[in-house]
Amino acid sequence: MYLYDQYDQQMVDARVAEFRDQAKRRLDGKLTEDQFKPLRLMNGLYLQLHAYMLRVAIPYGTLNSRQMHALADIADKYDRGYGHFTTRQNIQYNWIKLEEAADILADLAKVEMHAIQTSGNCIRNISSDHFAGAAKDELVDPRPYAELLRQWSSFHPEFSYLPRKFKIAVIASDTDRAAMRLHDIGIQIVEQDGELGAAFYVGGGMGRTPMIAPCIKDFVPLDRLVTYAEACLRVYNRYGRRDNKYKARIKILVHEMGSEEYTKAVDEEFARMLDEGIEPPFAELERIRTFFQDPAFEAGASEEIDRSDPDFALWVDRNTVAHKAPGYVSAVISLKPVGGIPGDATSEQMRLMADLAKQFSFDECRVMHTQNIVLPHVRKADLHALWTALDGAGLGSPNLDTVEDIIACPGLDYCSLANARSIPVAQKISERFAANGKTAELGQLKLKISGCINACGHHHAGHIGILGVDKKGVENYQLLLGGSEAEDVSLAKITGPGFDEAGIVDAVETAADVYLRERQDGERFLDTYRRIGMTPFKEALYG
Amino acid sequence: MADLSSENDTLIRYREDDPVDHAAVTVDSFLDQSSASAVRVEPGDDARELIPHLERLALVEVNFPAFGDGRGYSSARLLREAGYKGELRAVGDVLVDQVAYMRRCGFDAFDPDAPLSESDLETALSRWPEVYQSAADARTPIWSKRHA
Ligand code: HEM
Ligand code: SF4
Repeated sequence: MYLYDQYDQQMVDARVAEFRDQAKRRLDGKLTEDQFKPLRLMNGLYLQLHAYMLRVAIPYGTLNSRQMHALADIADKYDRGYGHFTTRQNIQYNWIKLEEAADILADLAKVEMHAIQTSGNCIRNISSDHFAGAAKDELVDPRPYAELLRQWSSFHPEFSYLPRKFKIAVIASDTDRAAMRLHDIGIQIVEQDGELGAAFYVGGGMGRTPMIAPCIKDFVPLDRLVTYAEACLRVYNRYGRRDNKYKARIKILVHEMGSEEYTKAVDEEFARMLDEGIEPPFAELERIRTFFQDPAFEAGASEEIDRSDPDFALWVDRNTVAHKAPGYVSAVISLKPVGGIPGDATSEQMRLMADLAKQFSFDECRVMHTQNIVLPHVRKADLHALWTALDGAGLGSPNLDTVEDIIACPGLDYCSLANARSIPVAQKISERFAANGKTAELGQLKLKISGCINACGHHHAGHIGILGVDKKGVENYQLLLGGSEAEDVSLAKITGPGFDEAGIVDAVETAADVYLRERQDGERFLDTYRRIGMTPFKEALYG
Repeated sequence: MADLSSENDTLIRYREDDPVDHAAVTVDSFLDQSSASAVRVEPGDDARELIPHLERLALVEVNFPAFGDGRGYSSARLLREAGYKGELRAVGDVLVDQVAYMRRCGFDAFDPDAPLSESDLETALSRWPEVYQSAADARTPIWSKRHA
């Protein structure tokens, strides 16, 4: 994985010093909260319902064991012994004191981490495929390109006061595991006539106006990648709307201009920029690539898995994913125990995951956008030992991509923008399906919950989505069906009138039952919905 | 270095030449008439319209009515890319926390609504030992140093 050199280290150290100074000015009363706000936001520090919240960047979700240990130590030292892994492959701490925020950043800097640009109207942490470097179906490892863009976007002088936040995802396979087309810019590394290049999808997003990004360029040569991104951003910075923050994302600009006009403007800008020396030399990309070479996979690693323990066999079937190296798999650690808080991990669990990553996965783990952790490279022969350790720590739930593997935003338990709680709904749904035993039968069913229209919980992209709304001061939940964030991307549709908290749990079960009744061979929930449409679900729900 | 001009105590310049002594006109009136050599670009103006006339410009003021409106950064940079060599002055809601980025985008003068303290300014401008990108200033990006 990528390691800092002296330059990268200097940059994060300088940032810690800058923030320490800013926080001190605030605490001394030399900065008002209004003046301090944009500064703290550039460092991922939000003021939430009960306390400050700190969002730490995990570039493209990749962590080594030392970094995971540091995250655990921070949870103990400055928070309440846990952290929350998010849909943007980051981690958030919910109980932070302003007085200690700079110390946390200093602790992070010691392990090559930071909170730079994890909020604010700038280019945010860049996300990627959580199976990068391991997936059987990938063209190349997408992370070197994400890292190149991470450096380009860090402290970008022109793009730090954009109309709105800006999120980029990079993938390199036809299977989309990063919700690429629901980002401001989605990049897919592709091959054309034996050359690698980047396809640019611009103007996707969720929030109150969800949109799927159109492809504006099917091939940008790799030695023009940064320049093309710069052109995309400049057009947005100049013409994106600033009169209304709900219309300020690039998706609205692309939609209002039309993707052809937008592309034309980008191409003109790009042509002008070509001689400006914006592109790093190819040697820099090659330097970065050396950090992402395959680890030393054992040749001839055994394909055998002893499946005599049925609980273990179930976990293997559910939570491991095919790997490009023979005898290896990627193993997903579910942070979705039945009745638990999706994405939360205690410091103890983080330490265990770190140690297991070191022992079984070449010292590497990844945060998935589904709020789970993956150990990317595990020998099949080690799976039983891995599972035994996980299971003993409450980390062995065999529920990847099932109805229990729920994505949920922090909601009204933490978030000052929320209309409704998300976490208790997620807890009740996982408890319901664990109790009625339908989880296995339902198979792949992606359920996503947001506590308000901002859609941090990706409800638009859920096979089943739940959206918290405020109905005359009472928490109310809308049900949505038919979304997908994957390569078959689609936006979910609202079924009809909303439900109260108990009602929404019943409604999810009702929708699941319609699927079980109507499905044909091999169909997932989503496939059945797409075939039969909304009507049968509506009839069952509102009858 | 910073020259705190005596007539205007908020003006800070990083240039050797004398400041232009007349007020800047709007982009529209600049394009209509020919005599002005100073123009003020508002966030919604298309700074590219000035490009055919750069020869006769000595001062471009870029207004930041609110610091969070970052269009002026692009206006500045594209003028520098087009070869503008005159003074590029950021005016309005310009705070110390933004000046380092502004310098990188080609600004070489600041006339903020609220005065900037010289020591804060120096701290801010010396904060970043390195830069990751090439921009409108002369700084060498990290990638270039790595492969020198
Ligand atoms: C708790 C504090 C949080 C606040 C105040 C907050 C605020 C927001 C807002 C205002 C938006 C809408 C932006 C727009 O459409 O222009 C948004 C979108 C989003 N947020 Fe959050 N959020 C929070 C937590 C989270 C968490 C914990 C995650 C990850 C689990 C997250 C991930 C996202 C995603 C994925 C989107 C939608 C995608 C997009 O259009 O950008 N946010 N958030
Ligand atoms: S979706 Fe709404 S409630 Fe949930 S975290 Fe985002 S802003 Fe808060």
